[in-house]
Amino acid sequence: MTGIVMLNTPGPLEYLRRWPIRVWLAGVVVFLYAPLLTLMIFSFNDDKRNIVWRGFTLKYYALTFRDTDLMVAFGNSLTIAAISTVVSLVLGALTALLLWRFRFPGKLLFEGALALPIVVPEICMGVAMLVFFTQILPWPSGLPFPLNLGAIIVSHISFSFSFVAIVIRGRLASFNREFEEAAKDLGAGEWRIFWDVLVPHMQPGLIAGALLAFTLSLDDFVITFFTSGPDTTTFPVKVYSMVRFSVTPEVNAASTILILLTVALTALALRISGGDIARVEAGEGV
Amino acid sequence: MFAAFAVAPVAWLFAFFLLPLAIIWAYSFGENKSLTEIVVTGSLADYAHAMKPLYFGIIFKSFWFAALTTILCLVVGFPVAIAITFASEKTKAWLLLLIMLPFWTNLLIRTYALMAVLRTEGYVNFALSLVWNGLSGLGGFMGYRLGAFQPLPLLHNDFAVVFGLVYVQLPFMVLPLYAALDRLDRSLLEASLDLGAGHLATFVNVVVPLAMPGIVSGVLVTLIPSVGAYLTPDLLGGPNSMMIANVIERQFKSADDWPFGSALSFLLMYMTFLAIAVQGLVARNRRRREARA
Repeated sequence: MTGIVMLNTPGPLEYLRRWPIRVWLAGVVVFLYAPLLTLMIFSFNDDKRNIVWRGFTLKYYALTFRDTDLMVAFGNSLTIAAISTVVSLVLGALTALLLWRFRFPGKLLFEGALALPIVVPEICMGVAMLVFFTQILPWPSGLPFPLNLGAIIVSHISFSFSFVAIVIRGRLASFNREFEEAAKDLGAGEWRIFWDVLVPHMQPGLIAGALLAFTLSLDDFVITFFTSGPDTTTFPVKVYSMVRFSVTPEVNAASTILILLTVALTALALRISGGDIARVEAGEGV
Repeated sequence: MFAAFAVAPVAWLFAFFLLPLAIIWAYSFGENKSLTEIVVTGSLADYAHAMKPLYFGIIFKSFWFAALTTILCLVVGFPVAIAITFASEKTKAWLLLLIMLPFWTNLLIRTYALMAVLRTEGYVNFALSLVWNGLSGLGGFMGYRLGAFQPLPLLHNDFAVVFGLVYVQLPFMVLPLYAALDRLDRSLLEASLDLGAGHLATFVNVVVPLAMPGIVSGVLVTLIPSVGAYLTPDLLGGPNSMMIANVIERQFKSADDWPFGSALSFLLMYMTFLAIAVQGLVARNRRRREARA
């Protein structure tokens, strides 16, 4: 190890080894995590007022799971996220391939329009969707599940698929066209090249894009708030109605479940796509 | 072949995104004829309405909050971005994850977590009261009296809104800063340090100019969502900390003045476009200057 010399005197650019930066970084991490961690810890606290620790309990989790409204909302959220992810992934992949492969008139315009869902303030998109689904395409109420969630799903796809397209397009940029030519030389048709050469290369982008779409959908409050009805609440909309006026252990418990779910999903996706990226890069290195 | 790729995304974008926005845009030049009927008359009355002192004040306040948030995020985030950039590969990945993780957590939950921290009977005030009572007891020995602890009003005011916005937006600032710093040619920094410039001088004269594109995009991705923030002022703010988004929501959900709400929405949109145009211009000037150099 060469670390002995470095341990005493940090190199000129080793800013992370300087104490003011370390203190600053620690402060920021505390700032970002302390509220979330206290929220999670105090969901196990056996005290309604929720400030002083009075012992471990799971009763608020039991309450949360028995809260039918909340569980229905949770199921709605997962359903919306799942459907929105699949559709966004297809649309996003098509968009990425379209922009990567073809030159066409109005391409710049299309790219600009595609960036809009990313930059438009959420509130504007929310009210636009509200007006759209009341004036132009009134979504019939009383449809069977999951069709009753249609308005929310459509809105979620609209803001998700641009993000997915960007992620996949970034991945496509690193595609080596010679692979395609090699496949063609070896007699593969367009379709075969697409599935056996292009799609495997896109895979990490597809996974990252899918994860992004799923969390964007699960996370969204504002746009859902404007497109949900009394019978079609999602988890964030339901929690919103619970937290407006009070801080309660039940909400802490419900929030903790959602936090853990997102963290687990993110970790899983990072592991899958990270492994893939590593493998692809190792393959390219050979 | 081309059509197979193009039809679905283009159709979706038009039908379910551009069309709804176009309707709102048309409404912003319209007026309420009856409770349910809106006539697009082409009048600018709704925009004029937004310029009345009450609403102009709220628009101004939204910008002030957003600007303050952006500056705070820049100041807090820059050292973090520097720390990540110059960390070893492994530490870098962990630090990035550490900054990103709260960003993956639901916005509503993050805001709610802040409510629990900041409220009168929240953790900050609870900790302060412990300290206060400790000092009070100590003072009692020495003959001083501090009086009963008055909890600080941390929630439901302007402070809470800006605090919440910084909390929510910080990762958005750190990531573009990091991306710009990571691309930076390190030998330039080393040269500056070797030639006798201090770390601060190097930062001001070398790092900041080179990282300018990252700073500009960091500022934009923090500023734009902050101006249009709905949840943060709604949950953390007091009766006087309304921002544009809260007024818009009110027009659509309770006041039923859709044309006015549409005009406010599009004011927000115009400002967004302006900000993006400015960024484009900055980037172009920069490229031109670099091409000349």
